[in-house]
Amino acid sequence: MSASWANPLSARRSAEAAAADRVVGRAVAAGAPAGWRGLIADWSSDRQAFKVSWGKAMMWIFLLSDTFVFSCFLTGYMTVRTGSAVPWPNASHVFSLNIGGTELPLLLIAIMTFVLITSSGTMAMGVNFAYRRDRVNAATMMILTAGLGETFVGMQAFEWTKLILEGVRPWGNPMGAAQFGSSFFMITGFHGLHVTIGVIYLLTVAVRLLRGRYEKTGNYQIVEIAGLYWHFVDLVWVFIFALFYLW
Amino acid sequence: MDVTQSHEPVHQPVQAPVQEPLAHQQHQQHPIGLYVKVWIALFVLSTMSYLVDYYQFHGLLRWGLIIMLMLIKAGLIVAVFMHMAWERLALACAILLPPLCLLVLVALMAIEADQMLLTHGLFFR
Repeated sequence: MSASWANPLSARRSAEAAAADRVVGRAVAAGAPAGWRGLIADWSSDRQAFKVSWGKAMMWIFLLSDTFVFSCFLTGYMTVRTGSAVPWPNASHVFSLNIGGTELPLLLIAIMTFVLITSSGTMAMGVNFAYRRDRVNAATMMILTAGLGETFVGMQAFEWTKLILEGVRPWGNPMGAAQFGSSFFMITGFHGLHVTIGVIYLLTVAVRLLRGRYEKTGNYQIVEIAGLYWHFVDLVWVFIFALFYLW
Repeated sequence: MDVTQSHEPVHQPVQAPVQEPLAHQQHQQHPIGLYVKVWIALFVLSTMSYLVDYYQFHGLLRWGLIIMLMLIKAGLIVAVFMHMAWERLALACAILLPPLCLLVLVALMAIEADQMLLTHGLFFR
C-alpha cells in the first residue's frame, strides 16, 4: 500500500503534498485525532490486521456471515422440533430407499454425503495443482469438483421429488409433525442453492484458468478462495447430515 | 489442533518456481498425501455416522456419537482443507470465535422450545 492511503483526500495531490500529509498524519496520531479526517486516518492508516490477501480475508468473513445464516436455520429447526407436541417423522424411514425389496435407511443421503466429501477432496487437489502453477490439472480438478457438486444437486432434486410425491409439504405431511416439511425444504433448499452457486463459481474460475487469465500475475490464489467456499458448503452439509438426518 | 503440531515439520511452505507477486502472502502448499489421508478419514467418519443410524443406536450414545463425529469431521475440513491450521492466529480467532455466540442463541431457543412444548400440550390436547 502507498503512503497516500493514510489520508484518502491526498491521493490525487503531488508526492510532496502527500509527504507533508504524512507528517501531519503522524502529528495527529500522536495527539488528538479530529473529526472525519481523524476517523478515516484511524481506520485506514496503513494498518492491516490479517496477513492474507483481501480476497481471502473477505471470503472468510463472508463464510462467517453464512455460518450465522445456516445456524439460524438449524436453531429454528431445533426449536420447532423440540416444541412440537406431535411426534417428529423418523428420518431414517422417511429417507430410506427401497432396493430389491429391502428397505435401506438413509441410503441416498449417505451417497450424497460421500459425493460431497469426494468433491471436497478433488477441490483440495485443485488448489494444490494451482499453487504448483499447473493450470490444466487445476482446472480439470475444479471441473471434476463442479461435476460432483452437480451430481449432488441432482440427487437432492430426486429426493425432493420423492418426498413431494409422498405428500410432504411445507405446511404438513402424512408422517408426523407439520414443521418437518418447512424445516426440510428450507434447510436443504438453501444448502442446495449454495451448491448450485458453487458449481457456477468453480466453472467460472476453471474457464478463466484455462484461458490463462492468471498467467500474467502468476497469482493463483483465486483457486484457493473458490476452494474455501466449496469446503464451506461441504462443512455445512456435515452439520445438516448430523442434525437433520441422523438426529 | 493436533493436526498442526503433528504435521508441522512436514509443511514448511514449498518454494514456488516463479517469484511470488505478493511477498507477505504465505503459500498454502502441502503434500497431496495429507489431503488423501484427510479424505479417507472423512470417508471413514461418515461411514461411522451412517452406521450409528443403521444399527439404530438410541439415547445418549446416539447423540454423543453423532455430535462427536460431526465435530471431528468439521474440524478436519476447517483445519486441513480450508488451511485454517496454517493461518495466523489473528485470522483464526476472528473467524472461529464469533460463532461461539451461537451457543447463547441455541440455549435461549432451547428454553423457548420447552415453553412452546408446554403451551402446545395445554392448548392442543
